[in-house]
Amino acid sequence: MNKTVTNAIALAVLWVAAILTVAVLGTVILYVFINGIGQMSPSFIFTWPEGVAAEGGIWPTIVSTMYVTLLAMVIVTPIAILAAVYLAEYAVQGRLVGMIRFAADSLASVPSIVMGLFGLALFVEAAGIGFSMLSAALALSFLMLPIVMRTTEEAIRAVPKYIRWGSYGLGATKWQVVSRSVLPASMPRIVTGIILATGRAVGETAVVIYTMGQAINMPITPFDSGRPMTVHLYLLAMEGINLPAAYGTALLLMILILAFNLGARYFLRRNRKV
Amino acid sequence: MHYRATPQSDGAPEKITVKELDFYYGDFHALTDITVGIKEKAVTAFIGPSGCGKSTFLRCFNRMNDLIPSARAEGSITLDGKDIYATGVDPVDLRRRIGMIFQQPNPFPMSIYDNVAFGPRLQGVKKNELDEIVQTSLERANLWKETKDILDRNGLALSGGQQQRLCIARVLAVEPEVMLMDEPCSAIDPTSVQKIEDLMAELKGRITIIIVTHNMQQAARVSDFTAFFLQEVAGEPAVLVEYDRTANIFTSPKDRRTEDYITGRFG
Ligand SMILES: Nc1ncnc2c1ncn2[C@@H]1O[C@H](COP(=O)(O)OP(=O)(O)OP(=O)(O)O)[C@@H](O)[C@H]1O
Ligand SMILES: [Mg+2]
Repeated sequence: MNKTVTNAIALAVLWVAAILTVAVLGTVILYVFINGIGQMSPSFIFTWPEGVAAEGGIWPTIVSTMYVTLLAMVIVTPIAILAAVYLAEYAVQGRLVGMIRFAADSLASVPSIVMGLFGLALFVEAAGIGFSMLSAALALSFLMLPIVMRTTEEAIRAVPKYIRWGSYGLGATKWQVVSRSVLPASMPRIVTGIILATGRAVGETAVVIYTMGQAINMPITPFDSGRPMTVHLYLLAMEGINLPAAYGTALLLMILILAFNLGARYFLRRNRKV
Repeated sequence: MHYRATPQSDGAPEKITVKELDFYYGDFHALTDITVGIKEKAVTAFIGPSGCGKSTFLRCFNRMNDLIPSARAEGSITLDGKDIYATGVDPVDLRRRIGMIFQQPNPFPMSIYDNVAFGPRLQGVKKNELDEIVQTSLERANLWKETKDILDRNGLALSGGQQQRLCIARVLAVEPEVMLMDEPCSAIDPTSVQKIEDLMAELKGRITIIIVTHNMQQAARVSDFTAFFLQEVAGEPAVLVEYDRTANIFTSPKDRRTEDYITGRFG
């Protein structure tokens, strides 16, 4: 077989694979869109579900999802950044740091249902917080922590060394170099990591189902329970209560996650252009 | 035994005095037996072929080499007569007195104003004094005219040559006594090169400048003294071959190797 033929075949295979990927993604999105768009209306978004068939809107579940996600983000961000700064800048690079990294990567691959069970045992029961936004946020933060920590660490390591030199050269102490030059320079990528992890938390079901409760409720304090969108969707669909509302919820959920990912892209782009 | 350059004794006071300096990166012996006196408020040029340790030597003066774990210096370097490697000397304080410009312009990804104000802020300079420091520093760096209306724009949005002058302004803002410039003009446009040479001429007499350059014409134009370094045998440490007034180096070098280098026969 000559080179041009091999080349053409390789190209065709790659092309088919690419088309297939896009097609699968497109089908899923289109399917949810077609089935869910009929539900879209301000009242679906902003009113409460009513009656046994959960007619009406899904407002409290949207609030619950946003509440728990933001709470988890607030918990995770400082811890993850401090840990990453320590790992990348201060820790003596060796076995111990390697082990911490390995632990973080392993934590990231723990099935989320296991994390949910763990959250149930630790926060809901042992710590006595009960089914609540706080328990769910803490359990979610276990899921987000390794993602944010590792992306932050990568971001810090990617800061060019001449930025550090410039800072040291002006008489900055190590901490000043880190806090005033390295962190600002890596901030776009850190924020991207936070947004992506948060996007994952929005779509998380297994963790919250064990920690937040299932009763529809409008959470006010972190100790209130609630029902997030994902769980609402699961219950509506699994028990065949209200399939159209389930698709409506799915569509909104997808839009929310898409918004997070687009936000991350936009943020990266804007900061790269300067 | 190699040639040992004798420092000039023509009256001008020495800002930095180096005695019998040997420098190592781990097992690699990079420089040996360097003895040289850098004249105060003059421009000194370091020349020599690539890899002969000019940058290494320059980084000894502000102890930037401390950041490289394997690096080790022996011998003595004094600033105003005080050993900069003595115990108790804080490299952070030293670097406030000895600024450095790198080959690659390295503005911070922040506004022009914040770049220049960075050093003063580290030292806790008050907010109401910053405006004036920023303006004076940009003026001295020949960059004020181009940037006075865009001080809040990101420093990375400037051209390479402007970025380099921004880095110079950033260093000048901390009022250093010495400015180390490691090939500051090798990556920028000719107009900016001209502006940097001009500002060097204006700055000398006020501060001590050391510039590393591969450009012989530039060394001849901007410097009062020139030191020529050479690593003669690969794997062996580099030495200081000759150190003299720039005019002497370029018109009547005493060493054959210096002559060969400046006439472009090697390096
Ligand atoms: N961080 C380092 N670790 C180990 N060896 C180094 C390090 N930096 C430089 N060297 C070595 O030290 C020698 C001198 O390097 P240096 O960069 O000081 O030369 P130079 O004269 O500045 O060269 P150039 O003109 O190319 O900039 C070279 O052999 C180089 O490979
Ligand atoms: Mg160099």
